[in-house]
Amino acid sequence: MVSFLVNQRGGNTGTREERTSLEMGNAHIVGTSVPRLEGREKVTGEARYVDDMVLPGMLYGATVRSRIPRGKILKITLDPELHWNEFVIVSSKDIPGKNCIALLEDDQPCLADGAVNHPEEPVLLLAHPDRHMLPKAVAAVSIEYEPQPGVFTMEESESKAEIIWGTDNTFKSYLIEKGEVDGIWEQAHFIVEGEYSTGAQEQLYIENNGMIATFDPQQGLTVWGSLQCPFYVHKALMKLSNLPAERVRVVQMETGGAFGGKEDYPSMIAGHAALLAMKSGKPVKIVYDRMEDMVATTKRHPSRTRHRTAVGKDGRILGGEIDFTIDGGAYKTLSPVVLSRGAIHAGGPYFWPTIRIRAKAVATNAPPQGAFRGFGAPQSLFALERHMDRIARVVGLSPVEIRRRNFLKPGQATTTGQIVREEIDLEKLLDRGLELSDYYAKKEEFHDGNTNSNCKRGMGIATVLHGAGFTGSGERYLASVVAVEACADGSVRVLVSSTEFGQGTKTVLCQIVAEALGVRYEDVGIAQADTHEVPNSGPTVASRTVMVVGKLVKSAALGIKQTLIASGRLGDSYSPEEFRAACCAYVARHGALQSVARYEQPEDIVWDEEKYRGSAYAAFAWAVYIAEVAVDPTTYNVSVEDFVALQEVGKVLHPVLATGQIVGGVAQAIGFALYERVVWEKGRMQNGQMTNYIMPTSADLPSIRVYFEELGNEHGAYGAKGIGELPMDGPAPAIVNAVEDALGVSFDSIPLLPEEIYDVMHEKLKRDELRSAPGAK
Amino acid sequence: MRAHPAEFELVAPQSLPKVLSLLAKEPGSWCPIAGGTDLMVQYSAGNLRARKLVSIWNLPELRRIDVFEDGVRIGAGCTFTDLRNHKTIGSEFRLLSLAAQWTGGIANQNRGTIGGNIVNASPAADSLPALLVYEAELILISARGERRVPYSGFHVSYRKTQLAPDELILAIYLKRQYSEYYAHARKVGARNAQAISKVCLAALGKQKKGVVEEIRLAMGSVAPVPLRLVATEQAITGETMNEGLMQVARRTAAAEVQPIDDIRSTARYRAAVAGNLVVEFLEQLGASETSS
Amino acid sequence: MSRNSEESTKCRVSFVVNDSPVTLRVHSMERLLDVLRHELGLTGTKEGCGEGECGSCSVLMDGQLVNSCLVPVLQAEGSTIVTIEGLAADGRLSVLQKAFLACGGAQCGICTPGMLLAAHHLLRKKPHPSLSEIREGLSGNLCRCTGYMQIFEAVTQAASGESST
Repeated sequence: MVSFLVNQRGGNTGTREERTSLEMGNAHIVGTSVPRLEGREKVTGEARYVDDMVLPGMLYGATVRSRIPRGKILKITLDPELHWNEFVIVSSKDIPGKNCIALLEDDQPCLADGAVNHPEEPVLLLAHPDRHMLPKAVAAVSIEYEPQPGVFTMEESESKAEIIWGTDNTFKSYLIEKGEVDGIWEQAHFIVEGEYSTGAQEQLYIENNGMIATFDPQQGLTVWGSLQCPFYVHKALMKLSNLPAERVRVVQMETGGAFGGKEDYPSMIAGHAALLAMKSGKPVKIVYDRMEDMVATTKRHPSRTRHRTAVGKDGRILGGEIDFTIDGGAYKTLSPVVLSRGAIHAGGPYFWPTIRIRAKAVATNAPPQGAFRGFGAPQSLFALERHMDRIARVVGLSPVEIRRRNFLKPGQATTTGQIVREEIDLEKLLDRGLELSDYYAKKEEFHDGNTNSNCKRGMGIATVLHGAGFTGSGERYLASVVAVEACADGSVRVLVSSTEFGQGTKTVLCQIVAEALGVRYEDVGIAQADTHEVPNSGPTVASRTVMVVGKLVKSAALGIKQTLIASGRLGDSYSPEEFRAACCAYVARHGALQSVARYEQPEDIVWDEEKYRGSAYAAFAWAVYIAEVAVDPTTYNVSVEDFVALQEVGKVLHPVLATGQIVGGVAQAIGFALYERVVWEKGRMQNGQMTNYIMPTSADLPSIRVYFEELGNEHGAYGAKGIGELPMDGPAPAIVNAVEDALGVSFDSIPLLPEEIYDVMHEKLKRDELRSAPGAK
Repeated sequence: MRAHPAEFELVAPQSLPKVLSLLAKEPGSWCPIAGGTDLMVQYSAGNLRARKLVSIWNLPELRRIDVFEDGVRIGAGCTFTDLRNHKTIGSEFRLLSLAAQWTGGIANQNRGTIGGNIVNASPAADSLPALLVYEAELILISARGERRVPYSGFHVSYRKTQLAPDELILAIYLKRQYSEYYAHARKVGARNAQAISKVCLAALGKQKKGVVEEIRLAMGSVAPVPLRLVATEQAITGETMNEGLMQVARRTAAAEVQPIDDIRSTARYRAAVAGNLVVEFLEQLGASETSS
Repeated sequence: MSRNSEESTKCRVSFVVNDSPVTLRVHSMERLLDVLRHELGLTGTKEGCGEGECGSCSVLMDGQLVNSCLVPVLQAEGSTIVTIEGLAADGRLSVLQKAFLACGGAQCGICTPGMLLAAHHLLRKKPHPSLSEIREGLSGNLCRCTGYMQIFEAVTQAASGESST
């Protein structure tokens, strides 16, 4: 087998390859909507998700969980009525390695050992050949606790009246400073303050979490499951099982939605299945039902943002302070990274001459929160985009004008001091959005109409940015590796740990290779994400797959081509058939041919992890979101009547997939804004059923109109930027801005439910009546 | 799935007399199950107390609609889809047709039955207010024979009905006397489809030259049982539809309902919306063609 | 519960699935969903919620769309069931399946079997549905990935009889 490394650098290589492809006269594959690679299986029901797989002798596993938010475990009793000898029982004492789910820190136990810190914390594991026996068995385990006081809100946590984590309940804090903000207040013509909050949001992938584990003393541990990041699970299992890397194998199965909810949690459920498999010597399957998945797994971090902004007479922002706090739940897990992204995005697409951003993630006694599309940015951008409208009102400018006057321009620096190097014209983008949404005409029509009609209508804008890829030195730290393999039958195969869970990973990576090599899309395949088979190309998160991994895959593919040409089997210009023949011949002669590419940080991406300054992301995507809403006067329900999503994304590699990502993301963001409320009671979600946790149905969403612009991106495959998370950032504030436009009342917290609108309108009505009553001042 | 199927027994005698005979032999032991859209949810969650069930799904005596000159007899085993598809129900009992459209999605409408909706007796059930304003009569059946009860008294208290342990609802009888009324219904939920109602209204009215001749108002989700707003009806009947009446109607309705705070909504929201729904109905009644 | 008494509480149920007659010995209160998946190996039908809310478990029972998680198998006795596996005749994709592929109607795919059956059911009753009829027809099938737009396009395309390019 021949294998070699292609060094990946930033620069102009993309352009040269595109030209070559054109010269070869091939029809472009990148930029067209080729069939989804695994689409056929999905529409025939043949696609195999973890619960579709059954292994001989397989047991079913279940988890006994804490019923209290915090306390010491005094005693565990198994009801003698049950035949416990039929069950496999695993406790923390059965853990061969370290009792933790390894992530950023090792503070989260795999199984509680002597104490619990959140409701639904896993304590014991059970397995049985008959899956029907498990619910009763779980109910038959009694745990006696000595309860300790629990902390349930960010404020309680901040007060430090009770310390539940570390020395001060703080998982992480960041300070981002630009310029001298303390001197700015005297110069301000206006000082605008506001506090904004967002609630938890459940990812609600339609396929619940599930894993199957097998253990063989020689081969080691293998898990198959629903997951985003095979090597995260691999790392966690190594630590838990004390097995070396080559004796732990993680295989991703078809995954029914993830959205970040299967970034870190799968390590927990995989660990559980693995422990049961190791103890029993049999395959074990654990699949959650909907209620368990909702109450026990991660959600979007609730947030609270406080803004204090110094504004000049002309509406230009002079500087400000932003206080951004997120609720991380009981253990650290990914909170520092969510916090980081939220903090870096807190200033949005505007120029801040000076700013101070204080960000912290605090602990509460709830199940740890986790990744959900956007990853901190939807939270801080909700606050910012609401605050911009508040600033507009105070200053006496329109929401459009306040943004125009403050947009970042090429050559200016972001809040972390990153110079905007691309020719992005945000004013022009906004103009286009306003035109597409018929903003001015509608606003005028509604302004007139609202006085006469009971149904109030309004328009709202949000302008956002989203950094693609891991922050700062994150990509360098990941050091992603990809491989492309030439196969004996003449086809080419992509080897990455990047996973498909609906966003089109497989399709786009194969498109990129086909384009780069000038072969047919049908001639390119991709290996299953199996840690025994594929290199670690990093996690499938942070909108990095197409951009970062795609670019590496392209390099690796070109390496194959170069080898074939160098071997004399291929000319500089060739047909797909000639390529296949060359491939076949080479492999027949020399054996398998693998080309490897490893990530190298472009020289112009420089980041200071200490001061949290520099180039935070290799590329930003930019967006304008405009919502039209109607508020029903009888029911106080808000419906989104029209929605325009306009975004600059570098390059659209696959129009149908790209549109699908935007529409799907906007739909989730509409849910975030108007429908999806987690009802908490002492750290436990009370509405853990689809009946009571409300996501939009097909009858609830408007036509979501999607438009793209393409400025290219030297750091992304074929000029692409990441877009998966972008559509989560803008719709919520655009909608709440529109509600304010419709009702003349400000709402600063989401989800915004009709009950809240009623309460506020009712109070307003009472106040207005008092004010206009005879004799009132 | 939190129940063990081996612990349950479902039988399907396939004839109504056999079902009734079973219920008579062991009253209270056998839980009738029609389309299962309520019971199977409880079962799956591990919350179904009954261990023995008898299927009444698709029994021909229960799943039929008969149109007579004076009334329509709707078999209790009719699904919501059956109701939606029936011409006379669509034209003369529109409120029931609408409620059927609002009950879950298509798949649940294909299995959920009107009888099941009544017996399950959730105060949030969408079709019950319509039955109240249509002053439905229930035909109950057991091995002992048939009896007829006015629907208005059927719900005794929260989830408790007049149904005896050996009884089934055979049919719902509606008099064909509502074509001249202005009919209006509205469901308020957390989303446009597949929502348990926070408040729902079924209303019938007759107006002549701006005066309310007759009005019937029934609501769901605002009391332990589906509620006929008798006091509000009295306050409105015979009155001229002007701004003053709207205020009276709103206040009276908001005060007459007895909503609670729960996982879906608040009492104050429900009360306010109840008032709003009545006013919305009156405004539409006022704008409608004068009847009679 | 001992094995013997478990077996004795099972009963015989017969029905037709995707044109094939089956007879099984199962517990009367097994969910049709579980029987399809575990006894018959027809894993195309999915469980998303177990409460009849998400529609991932939708199948056709005697031509009617139902949530199989809410059907006790005994009530399927004598019925004709169609699952996702029965939609492609002789392995050839239906017009609807092709339209889903062309329009991006399937992303992660977990809601897709149920969604296809709901769309198939809708088109059989309303061969040329309006957008609002499509919305209503699919309102019992939750999709978290697509935001529904491309699913509506697929159904509209299938209704107009166009096949994919």
